[in-house]
Amino acid sequence: MGRFLVIRLTQGMLVLAAMSFLIYALIGLMPGDPIDEMIAANPHLTSADAEALRQRYGLDLPITERYGNWAASALAGDLGYSRVHSVPVLEVLAPRLVNTLILVGSSVVLAVLLAIPIGVYAATHPYTRTDTAVNLMCFAGISIPPFWLALMLIILFAVILGWFPAGGMLTVGDGGLADRLSHMVLPVATLTLVTVGDYTRHVRAAVQEQIRQDYVRTARAKGLSQAAVVWRHTLRNALIPVVTVVALGFGNIFSGALITETMFAYLGTGKLIYDSILGNDFNTAMVALLFVTLMVLVGNFLADTLYVALDPRISFASRSA
Amino acid sequence: MSQPTRLIGTALGLFLGSAGLIAAQAEETLTVGISQFAPTLHPNIESASAKSFVIDMAHRRFTSFDADWQPVCLFCTELPTLENGLAVLETTPDGEDGIAVTFTIPPDAAWGDGTPATTRDVLFTWEAGRSEQSQFGNLQMYREIYDITVVDDKTFTIHRNRVTYRFDMINDLRVVPDHLERAIWEENPAEYPNRTLYVTDPTNPGLWFGPYRVTEVESGAYIVLEQNETWYGHPPYFDRIVVRTVENTAALEANLLSGSIDKIHGSPGLTIDQALAFADRHGDDYNIIFQEGLIYEHIDVNHDNPILADLRVRQALMYAADRQTMVEQLFGGYQRVAPTSISPLDWIYTDEIAQYDYDPDRAIALLEEAGFTDIRDGVRHHAETGERLSVDFMTTAGNRTRELVQQVLQSGWSDVGIEVVVSNQPARVFFGGTLSRREYTGLAMFAWLTSPENVPRTILHSEGIPTDENGWAGQNYMGFNDPRVDELIDTLEETLDPAEREPLWHELQRIYAEQLPALPLYHRADSYIMPLWLGGVVPTGHQYDTAQTVEYWHRTDR
Repeated sequence: MGRFLVIRLTQGMLVLAAMSFLIYALIGLMPGDPIDEMIAANPHLTSADAEALRQRYGLDLPITERYGNWAASALAGDLGYSRVHSVPVLEVLAPRLVNTLILVGSSVVLAVLLAIPIGVYAATHPYTRTDTAVNLMCFAGISIPPFWLALMLIILFAVILGWFPAGGMLTVGDGGLADRLSHMVLPVATLTLVTVGDYTRHVRAAVQEQIRQDYVRTARAKGLSQAAVVWRHTLRNALIPVVTVVALGFGNIFSGALITETMFAYLGTGKLIYDSILGNDFNTAMVALLFVTLMVLVGNFLADTLYVALDPRISFASRSA
Repeated sequence: MSQPTRLIGTALGLFLGSAGLIAAQAEETLTVGISQFAPTLHPNIESASAKSFVIDMAHRRFTSFDADWQPVCLFCTELPTLENGLAVLETTPDGEDGIAVTFTIPPDAAWGDGTPATTRDVLFTWEAGRSEQSQFGNLQMYREIYDITVVDDKTFTIHRNRVTYRFDMINDLRVVPDHLERAIWEENPAEYPNRTLYVTDPTNPGLWFGPYRVTEVESGAYIVLEQNETWYGHPPYFDRIVVRTVENTAALEANLLSGSIDKIHGSPGLTIDQALAFADRHGDDYNIIFQEGLIYEHIDVNHDNPILADLRVRQALMYAADRQTMVEQLFGGYQRVAPTSISPLDWIYTDEIAQYDYDPDRAIALLEEAGFTDIRDGVRHHAETGERLSVDFMTTAGNRTRELVQQVLQSGWSDVGIEVVVSNQPARVFFGGTLSRREYTGLAMFAWLTSPENVPRTILHSEGIPTDENGWAGQNYMGFNDPRVDELIDTLEETLDPAEREPLWHELQRIYAEQLPALPLYHRADSYIMPLWLGGVVPTGHQYDTAQTVEYWHRTDR
């Protein structure tokens, strides 16, 4: 276990270091820098002004030197200021991370809770009308663009029925729990509906595969009920690939809700990354993207750990050998 | 009723009940939706229309243009003129022609914390603005003001080292409070943009002196403004104005329809085609104003491109573009074809200039005159050199209106044998590097936002051509260089008498229409979607927002 952790930690650090340089270089190589933007916005800037600004922000240095300076500051705990928000990057990023974690975390939990019973039912009643209907709904969920679904939900539940707010995170002047929850309903519903189809398909496929295994036939031969066979014996094995899908998607939790966040004016990480890249906000984009990388690594680690918990044939010892 | 049903019913009741409560509270609140969030709220650092909209409600420029496009005092008692003696021609210490202009701050003007707004604030703002470490906008103005003489707490005289006809306006000198900001500035000027209270404590009442003051900021989501008790002017009607950001315009519309917002502001709000579609569906339920203005949509032409350097080709491009049909079909006739960069609504406009009505036959004749007579695969080639009549055409990718216009133009030009290769880029890349470093090779479509009677020095003067040597400063992305235009611009700025300026403006427009440094398309209109009960909102059509008269916005149903 210890050796496994050390190896994974070392690998993670190396990946993070490589990614930090890659991201920095890619952002730095994009046409235009913040000073170009200032010149475009302020035609009265002279060449001397532009040069002075480039020197002040260190943009006159080669990209490797700039990266070195950034990395040294970051290791010392100074992640810099957000150029767009004019506050330290962490002050912008931290609340956005929490918001996204709540939004996407809720929708993933909901999607899993829905996908397991639906997927299991469809797998145990294959090729029935219900199974066909479930399949159709799954493909619809996978195929519908999130922005369209979000708009339809807004029109139905906010404009026509008036049940829930059309966007934002709270009503200005209120902000109580009920108010915040009501603002969460439509974005969570959107993300859940676009995710549940994929999860259900995976659950259905995995359960169907397990049902055909010898140990299930043995369990049935022992006279166990259908429910006991499915929920106690089959599901645990069937969940292994599902766990992979959910855990590997963990990193996407922080970057993948861009469209939903934009449609509902929800202040999350996906939108922050998008805006900071477009807005030439180097520091914010760097830190946010690195955080997503970290989350992907954590997701991989969680998937590996959960394999061990779910499948007794796998152990840390055998993996690290 | 079963237990779960009762629970759901109770929960739903709570939601709907709370919604009703919110609606009742919101009667004295006006919620405005915009599609961009204001960046830093510092009045002098970074410029954006979303920011101007918010700040103009809580802060005032000394001078501005009103809805009739006339200069007006907003934070002064009288506009200086040579006639009223508040402007006096003088000689600078360097022996150059200069001018002394005197302004007086309204006597009752005070910051939101009760501290009187005085000439100390003006001095601090000027010092910070002209400093070598300044990151304020319009550095040129701060540096032109080489001295400020304080007459008393409320009156000051600025001394400018250039005499221009805009001597009476200091729109970009937006005062910041000396009693709160000076210490922060002096501690570390380079870090000032990050440490100013406008960033670290934007709800500090002492930062604002407008009819409203900022009381809550949720970055990226909304800004709340409430009545400022120390406001000295006409008392505002609404208790509170909430500016909400919904960046997706379809969602912005849905928010309006659901009642989450009351009004969609003109800029940044819906585009004209979106507003037209909205008007078709809900025009009876809202007051929709299309305000024509000073946003000049055009195509910059790279004059270093040998094909486009030929005036006959540029003229052919104009004749082969059916701009009138385009504005009628795409924009419902609410936008006007632009003869030049000067709006027909500006007093300096003249229609005695070359006109380019749609005439494909004339376009073909011009192209043939330019030597492009050989047509192969539907594309003209030069008869002698064999050069293909093909140009790159760029604009901002993802801007639906521009991409639509681009397709219409491409089709029209293709009909006369001009091949147009579309290569659009994201706005960040397009404006951030391609345009500013003149890396586009053919045509580049975008817009300029200007003010009334605005001298196009940075856009048309040859000194504004961005080069490596000048650090890519300037906005003459076309590389247009005409000595007479340079001379006209220099003379225009220094001609104080409007009657003497008028013929100069007319000549400038004539040259523009004949030489076509850029291809004019149309002047854009902003769309304001307002509830039927909202009155007092007078769109200006120029870069100084209608929010500068926010105190007159009111409900007409009470």
